[in-house]
Amino acid sequence: MGRITLDKVRKAFGDVEVIPPLDLTINDGEFVVFVGPSGCGKSTLLRLIAGLEDVTSGEIRIDGTDATHLSPAKRSLAMVFQSYALYPHMSVRKNIAFPLKMAKLDQAEIDRRVEGAAKVLNLDSYLDRRPGQLSGGQRQRVAIGRAIVREPSAFLFDEPLSNLDAALRVGMRLEISELHKRLATTMIYVTHDQVEAMTMADKIVVLQAGRIEQVGSPLELYRTPRNKFVAGFIGSPKMNFIDGAEAAKHSAHTIGIRPEHLIVTDEGGTWTGKVGVSEHLGSDTFFHVHVEGFPETLTVRAGGEVNLHYGDTIHLTPDAAQIHRFDAEGLRLA
Amino acid sequence: MARAVTTQRKIVFTALAWIIGLAIFFPILWTILTSFKTEATAIADPPVFFNFDWTLENYRVVQERSDYMRYLWNSVALAVGSTLLGIIIAVPAAWSMAFVPAKRTKDILMWMLSTKMLPAVGVLYPIRLILINMGLLDSKTALIFILMMINLPIIIWMLYTYFREIPGEILEAARMDGATLKDEILYVLTPMAIPGIASTVLLNIILAWNEAFWTLTLTTVNAAPLTAFIASYSSPEGLFYAKLSAASTMAIAPILILGWFSQKQLVRGLTFGAVK
Ligand SMILES: Nc1ncnc2c1ncn2[C@@H]1O[C@H](COP(=O)(O)OP(=O)(O)OP(=O)(O)O)[C@@H](O)[C@H]1O
Ligand SMILES: [Mg+2]
Repeated sequence: MGRITLDKVRKAFGDVEVIPPLDLTINDGEFVVFVGPSGCGKSTLLRLIAGLEDVTSGEIRIDGTDATHLSPAKRSLAMVFQSYALYPHMSVRKNIAFPLKMAKLDQAEIDRRVEGAAKVLNLDSYLDRRPGQLSGGQRQRVAIGRAIVREPSAFLFDEPLSNLDAALRVGMRLEISELHKRLATTMIYVTHDQVEAMTMADKIVVLQAGRIEQVGSPLELYRTPRNKFVAGFIGSPKMNFIDGAEAAKHSAHTIGIRPEHLIVTDEGGTWTGKVGVSEHLGSDTFFHVHVEGFPETLTVRAGGEVNLHYGDTIHLTPDAAQIHRFDAEGLRLA
Repeated sequence: MARAVTTQRKIVFTALAWIIGLAIFFPILWTILTSFKTEATAIADPPVFFNFDWTLENYRVVQERSDYMRYLWNSVALAVGSTLLGIIIAVPAAWSMAFVPAKRTKDILMWMLSTKMLPAVGVLYPIRLILINMGLLDSKTALIFILMMINLPIIIWMLYTYFREIPGEILEAARMDGATLKDEILYVLTPMAIPGIASTVLLNIILAWNEAFWTLTLTTVNAAPLTAFIASYSSPEGLFYAKLSAASTMAIAPILILGWFSQKQLVRGLTFGAVK
């Protein structure tokens, strides 16, 4: 079980309100990702749930019981830190066994569970090493092992992959998703990488300055962002925003169009522009196009084989069904 | 970027280091040498270095005249007692300052350090009078307490700097893993801080051992440590240089040996954890 409810939870450090009153429900077994720019309060929110920070006001309930003033040790949540936070003076075996030792399990049971976790995470051959003798990926696995042995009601991850290189990150991302499928335990995962958010989450919570901008499935956020902030934050590369006369044609203050929803043609088209910098990724090419009258370049996605060069003239047509309209406050227009 | 250092420069620097080292060590060496001379050779002009008749006479006389073991025991009791008492008080203080700092923590630390800048003699009379009134003059217990207070700022500062090197997230991980405050301190923090605690203990034993102002002014007989033992030989009544040297050598020998065997820990301690 792991249903977590935040009721008007507010956090201030001194006079600075980092999290204004916030409501959120995380259902049992859900994989929830908190995303948002640096400093928006993701870690703070996670630490409030963990009990590592005291809430200024409001209530946190875990499985229906009030946990607001429970110590972290009593919340039966497990956490994986960005820095791994392994115990440097203990072997991998002792690290993984630590929560079980704290729970006063008998030694046979501890051994059984540690062996089990080590097998799942491919750590069998490292059990007698110290954390200092492991690679970053292996340390991350130990941290995850330490979290899973005690079978918590929810896992909390704070940017667990940000210290790993790109290839390892993709691998670990899959492993964590796999783990979630197998354990079906609630997971709350903090990241500022929207690709991680899109690929792993059942539910994404987009935060800005401590406020929830939108909660929804990855596709909901992609298809119907509630405001300009979410529209710009979800999706890579970023959505193009166009103000002024072009937006007025759609009776909006601003329109947004994703790079993948701009169709490139040799002639005709709604807008005509000149190709600027292009980024070739092999499978895709992103062109930055200067359109006359637009203050900013438009990013356009084209196939990997498209052959356009710096300075070429190009014609663009937005997919009419995929135009997002926003009012002067940045809110989505139906 | 590694700077190329020529062999010539290396030789110059090494020689310089040796000269400075020997200059610092010379008074101790001279004291030790003198302790093996007769009183006459000790004041010979020009001074004699090694070619004299080595004698243990001074040590015999010193041992006969005064009870070295009692002074030694007092020194050990004062140094170890005040350090352990200090550690017991300083560990929780440093822990809270390092891991749950408040707005004024830095100020408190600075204020504590500033008390070390006050000349001790400024509070000599108040403290002396208080002790006399309480009947605690020449008492080991009182002196342990006073030495502890004197070194407490340094103990707290040292432990604080060590604890600050321990990432708070590791303690938070322990809390998440179900550790109570006691478990957290016992199984996670203390083992990680052992090197720091050890250097702090060593350095403070040495500081307390060498402390002369309070030990000389607040003791007469019963609580007098080795500092008083040395001082009792520095009276101007006659030719006492060799015996004074023998007494000094006996007083510094234990701490010198301790220091020699714990050099590595001490360097760490003196550099306040800067050297990892
Ligand atoms: N202990 C603290 N005292 C004062 N302010 C704090 C404290 N912890 C965090 N803050 C402030 O709270 C805000 C949110 O911080 P938080 O660490 O939650 O951000 P984040 O979203 O996790 O950012 P990042 O992506 O960089 O990790 C920041 O403005 C930060 O300066
Ligand atoms: Mg963070």
